[in-house]
Amino acid sequence: MAGLNQVGEAFSCGQSFLPELVMAGEAMKAALAVLEPELQLRGTERQILGKVVLATVQGDIHEIGKSLVGTMLSSAGFQVYDLGVDVPAETIVEKVRQVGANIVALSALLTTTMVRQAEVIAALEQAGLRQEVKVMVGGAPVTRDWVEHIGADGTSQDAVGAVALARELVESNKKSGNM
Amino acid sequence: MPLKIELLSPDLIQQVLDEAHQLLLDPGILVQSGAARQILANAGARVDPTTQVTYIPESLTARALETVPHSFYLYDVTGNPTVHYGGDTVHFDPGSSGVHILDSQTLEHCPTTTTDLVNVIKITESLPQYDAQSTAIICDDVPKAIGDLYRLYVVLLLSKKPVVTGTFMIQNLDTMVEMLAIFAGGRQSLAQKPRAVFDVCPSPPLVWSEFACENLVSLAQLQVPVELVSMPLAGAASPVTLLGSVVQHTAESLAGLVLHQLSRPGAPLVWGGAPAIFDMRKGSTPFGAAETAMLGMANAQVGKYLGLPTHTYLGASDSKLVDAQAGMESGLSALAGALAGINMISGAGMLDFLACQSLEKLVLDAEAIAWVRRLLDGIHKQTKPLATGMYADFNFKADFLKQKSTRQLFTKEQYLPSPVIDRDSLRGWQMNGSQDTFNRCKSQVQQLLASYKRPDLDPTLENELHRLVTSQARQAGMDQLPVIE
Repeated sequence: MAGLNQVGEAFSCGQSFLPELVMAGEAMKAALAVLEPELQLRGTERQILGKVVLATVQGDIHEIGKSLVGTMLSSAGFQVYDLGVDVPAETIVEKVRQVGANIVALSALLTTTMVRQAEVIAALEQAGLRQEVKVMVGGAPVTRDWVEHIGADGTSQDAVGAVALARELVESNKKSGNM
Repeated sequence: MPLKIELLSPDLIQQVLDEAHQLLLDPGILVQSGAARQILANAGARVDPTTQVTYIPESLTARALETVPHSFYLYDVTGNPTVHYGGDTVHFDPGSSGVHILDSQTLEHCPTTTTDLVNVIKITESLPQYDAQSTAIICDDVPKAIGDLYRLYVVLLLSKKPVVTGTFMIQNLDTMVEMLAIFAGGRQSLAQKPRAVFDVCPSPPLVWSEFACENLVSLAQLQVPVELVSMPLAGAASPVTLLGSVVQHTAESLAGLVLHQLSRPGAPLVWGGAPAIFDMRKGSTPFGAAETAMLGMANAQVGKYLGLPTHTYLGASDSKLVDAQAGMESGLSALAGALAGINMISGAGMLDFLACQSLEKLVLDAEAIAWVRRLLDGIHKQTKPLATGMYADFNFKADFLKQKSTRQLFTKEQYLPSPVIDRDSLRGWQMNGSQDTFNRCKSQVQQLLASYKRPDLDPTLENELHRLVTSQARQAGMDQLPVIE
């Protein structure tokens, strides 16, 4: 984590760039694949800021923005479950239930697919999970009005802002006693 | 003497094509439509039914290149050919599908509605620099299920010019073609004199989605011109090297070309794109970058080498305001695209990575385009002796203003800019309120909107269009369409 933090800080100062950040993230993933089973054996767990289920909604195959948010969230210390693109609402809900996610992050680049963000929120409500998770939505057409309209908890125009938002959301969750 | 810049040598283009053909075989193209895979398989492509990966041999691209037209025209509402796709003809149209509009008072980027689209169309209609309209804005005030056809409806009501458009949902395509056919005198006449070109986008890297495939096949069968818009993002969704990205653009476009020509040999197609580099600090897709312009120019050069009409996205800016950065990026990239002889350059009016339209920028960009056009027009021999005939009664005095030749020829030699461009004396500028460019643009926008006149359309046809779109709107849950004024 220390190495990753260093790259993250250098990135924030403009001294390292996305390829380095992604490389550091990949290195951390590879290391965790080895370390986590061992940590579990010893009965300890890695400290994380929160668990995020991340996906591009069904019907939309845009990946870059979503993956970038995933990388940045991982670098910041979140446990990210990236379900990929074109993901149905039920798959997202199932993952939230399975991992006990704190945040659901939904990407949609098209005006025609952003309505699916609302469908995921409805599915979370139907599954009785809406109170457990914060929902952040992103993508070029997403506005604050849209966030309010669909009852999401926040949006950001870029990946750096998404990390700040995720931090805020887990903090507010803690205060309301959900974590 | 035509002005032209070419970034690639013929040898390099050949290598790009060779490697694109290699990519079409390894790793192949992910074709997500079963019907499209069948069309390709029937023609001799190898398809892996499990992975949906399709391997397209060079023989198929060669056959497609034999049948695809090398040029075609788009026609205005009166049937005049006004946009020539082919050769080195250069046209400009506004960028399309903006989701925000710059509010000239608050400088905020606001969600777009019908009023914004109407204003963009009116400004575009009034400026001769724009040869075509685009369905420039997504209207937030109509159901998303009719978002694409509604944009076209508003353009058809308010403009005579050809249109660069596209569909968001395959089920709306037929209605959109029907809407165009109303004014063309039927589908057959529309095929002969197309008014619109439809953008169709593969999904980098090397993927043709089910929607894009169906779109491409249907448009070919309907003989409606298609503009392929491959958009590799160098360093994220394609190789970081410019040439690597051009190879991927070529492979994605060739795959589209093959599917298109197999669906209807001879159907018109444009080798277009919206390539960009990927900014390694911000994770954004800068359209004002030099490398983005170079990608557009190089992709077009490959298209020209194949004998195809061309398109790209340039003339836009990543700035959030109509400021110095916006002027610099838009003007320079419009110039770069024009010097590459790209037939349709889309992007005018746009800020913030193609997300935000601005009426003020649209009038500013028109001046950059006029500048570029003047350069492309070149230097002409207006008089037989170039200069010596203009020195009769010469007395070493600067009296050329008195000459008949000056009076007769200055409008042929000089482009007269709109009031957006300041050429006043300091005194005159101060007398006029010491306005900066943005404020001059705001005044020009108001003046153009006030003087705009709606085209004189046949009321029967206009009613037919209105009925068709209203019935679609009702199905989408909207009883009454917004009033278009």
